[in-house]
Amino acid sequence: MAKGNMPIHVTKRLDDESRMRAVLLRIAAVILAIAVGGLFFAALGFNPFEVYGELIKGAVGTTMARRMTVRLCVPLLITSLAVGLAFKMRFWNIGAEGQIGIGAIAASYIALFHSEGMPKVVVLILMAVAAFVAGGLYGVIPAYFKSKFGTNETLFTLMLNYVAFYTIQALAQGTWKDPTAWGFPKIARFSSNAQLPMVLGVHVGWIVALALVLLVYLYMNKTKQGYELSVVGENENTARYAGMNVRKIVIRTMFISAGLAGLAGMLQASGADKTLTESIANNVGFTAITVAWLANLNPGAMVIVTALFCILTKGSDTIQSVYNISPAAAEVFQGIILFFVLGSEFFIRYKVHFAGFISKKEGGKVK
Amino acid sequence: MEHTAAPAIELRGLTKTFGKVVANSNVNLTVYKGEILSLLGENGSGKTTLMNMLMGLYRPDKGEIYIDGKLANIQSPHDAISLGVGMIHQHFKLVDVLTVRDNIVMGTKGNLSKSKADKIIREIAQKFDMNIEPDRKIYSLSVGEKQMVEIMKVLYRGARTLILDEPTAVLTPQEITRLFDILRRMRESGCAIIIITHKLNEVMDISDRVMIMRKGEGMGTVVTKESNVRDLVERMVGAAIDISIQCPDVNVGKNALDVHKLTVLNSDKVQVLTDISFSVSQGEILGVAGVSGSGQKELCSTIAGLMTPSKGAILVDGVDIAGKSARDIIKMGVHMSFIPEDRFGMGLLPSMNIIDNMLLKSYNTKRGIHLDRAQAKKLAVDVVEQLHVYTPSIYSPVRMLSGGNAQKVLLGREISSNPSVLITAYPVRGLDINSSMTIYKLLNEQKEKGVAVLFIGEDLDVILELCDRVMVLCGGKLTGIANTKEVTKEQLGLMMTGHTLEEVRANG
Repeated sequence: MAKGNMPIHVTKRLDDESRMRAVLLRIAAVILAIAVGGLFFAALGFNPFEVYGELIKGAVGTTMARRMTVRLCVPLLITSLAVGLAFKMRFWNIGAEGQIGIGAIAASYIALFHSEGMPKVVVLILMAVAAFVAGGLYGVIPAYFKSKFGTNETLFTLMLNYVAFYTIQALAQGTWKDPTAWGFPKIARFSSNAQLPMVLGVHVGWIVALALVLLVYLYMNKTKQGYELSVVGENENTARYAGMNVRKIVIRTMFISAGLAGLAGMLQASGADKTLTESIANNVGFTAITVAWLANLNPGAMVIVTALFCILTKGSDTIQSVYNISPAAAEVFQGIILFFVLGSEFFIRYKVHFAGFISKKEGGKVK
Repeated sequence: MEHTAAPAIELRGLTKTFGKVVANSNVNLTVYKGEILSLLGENGSGKTTLMNMLMGLYRPDKGEIYIDGKLANIQSPHDAISLGVGMIHQHFKLVDVLTVRDNIVMGTKGNLSKSKADKIIREIAQKFDMNIEPDRKIYSLSVGEKQMVEIMKVLYRGARTLILDEPTAVLTPQEITRLFDILRRMRESGCAIIIITHKLNEVMDISDRVMIMRKGEGMGTVVTKESNVRDLVERMVGAAIDISIQCPDVNVGKNALDVHKLTVLNSDKVQVLTDISFSVSQGEILGVAGVSGSGQKELCSTIAGLMTPSKGAILVDGVDIAGKSARDIIKMGVHMSFIPEDRFGMGLLPSMNIIDNMLLKSYNTKRGIHLDRAQAKKLAVDVVEQLHVYTPSIYSPVRMLSGGNAQKVLLGREISSNPSVLITAYPVRGLDINSSMTIYKLLNEQKEKGVAVLFIGEDLDVILELCDRVMVLCGGKLTGIANTKEVTKEQLGLMMTGHTLEEVRANG
């Protein structure tokens, strides 16, 4: 046998291989994940069945729990739609975290300084528009530099996250610091005029999110602009060949993508947090990347994936307090689930051959 | 034919599948020492897969490989070369900034002194008449010389069996003659040579025997002298087909495309086209010949509005479009279509379905934000029907179609806009014979409709048969335009290396 030869070969699967197989693989991955997660809990000394029961109950068992879970879903769903748009254009927007923050800052500016003396509806719409535009412009910066100078948007958007994060920190410690907070570096609570109304016990953001799912679906599939961004994502040369203005499309799409993330920031600040904190984005910008890809960039599928994600998050929060499990252990559990689900995608897309075994059985290897 | 020599390579019952696709099914091949064997077959018939198994790039699912009569276990190209089998790939794998010597010696074991290495290299060079100084840098060599370095590289490693993958694709007729002389000399010294090709004339010219492949299976081996082109085609395609290309007589109209003193710089400010002037009339096909990289790509891109000329004019139906973007050209209402050379890299949207591919040029004709697919759907149905596109449905992604069918989709879309000028860059590249004939027929139909066609080609035989006139590019300069009935392949070859038509005619 020759030296340095890997006994394992990985080849890409052909597209026409059965869809059934993919579905079965995903189900198998979830079952495996639950089993291994159970082993993990058993190793910690808990009855895995009880833990899982508690997890489900904690996420969707009571009205209160359901409301909390839905509240978690709102920013994640909107941000997934946002990054999904950019990904469809093969623009790797991993800066949703920062765009959420900038959107929230713009909304907070209205909420803190211009919320009095206007009807509530006007204030809220102003906040939403400000958040969308500010977030959008924040996303246009890397889009402009990429289309003009070919800068790497992955690094650019990532770095802008930190700028947004520290801007909020600076505001909380400086100009926007609440003088009535006994010296704590925090921003004042929004006046009731700048807080989102509740519908069925959850702030109205969930209706906005569902409406956006429909809008983004229509935008991607039924408009010229949606077609243009798919063509740019598919092949920039072909877009140019067809007479499309690639730079304009890139900038426009990133404005919408980042604007949506900014809007998610406004909804989170005004609806859930009632103020602006530095944890406004809370990793939603990164989780949304996973959600968008698991949903295959399909807005409808993002609803389901988001719901499952939030059930997992909320549920593991609950078992944390019920069983007094450390937050780290809960995160390990989430990691196990993600490992299997994402891992299954590899086996859906690629085929693994064990060269040594095949050759012995079928005589390809000769002596 | 009697074989007194021993077999150099024997492949017995090789099978290789990729997923559901059977790339090679129970293929046998024998090549003897001192013999040139052509491996003939259409794209996708499994020639390259078979050779890749011999080279250790793929592992066969079944079957055995014998080298010099001994069962061989080849797991990597390294194993293959140590058994004396070397391959010369279509795309050269040389380091441009290094010398010939460095490229040849690189990767071999031991530490030879310069003079010792040079001695071996010169011996090889002399033996086969490949005259290249070891001190020259690769970038200073011509394409033909680079190929010789590739051959020397393999010989230096002790190869006694050479596999050449489409070696003539990038060469001028003169360079091909030179290459064939070298190969014949190798045969005389007892080497075994396998040439992968689909050019029938060359097969007849160089090989002793031909092995034909179709759809992953061996279609038998024939002795070249006892065969003819028609027989080979029939074995290759599976049916007797007419491979003559028509050039119908059409009354030419006025000039549809006028290019005047066109000069183009690329993004590095290097002049890639210099002072090019030509015209194409309605009802005429003008062929463009030249070694690849002579400016053909830039010429197409500039006319299509994807590159900006620094000087010159491009008139389509009398309207100057030089320097206008593709977008402007569409807006100006100029009827021009462009079939780019890499259809999946430009022109088609591989993972979108046929309807969305039809939309590409017309999606913006109506006002408003709504995307109307009704027209495109109708066009997709028409194209699939009229051009006989073989596809499961109009909803299949274009990437799933074969090269020929994808090309029909592209050509169908472009023809549907009733262009007055049609630019085609290597439109049959990668297509099988049947599809190629269909494409030629479609181009002739357009010509008969009065369209001016610019045909960038690589096969000089095809250009001479299909086109009315031919122009030759060399290093971004025009070396001449001639009527195809008044020029020979050899003359074109000389023009491809920089001689003007006048010089060639004066000396020839």
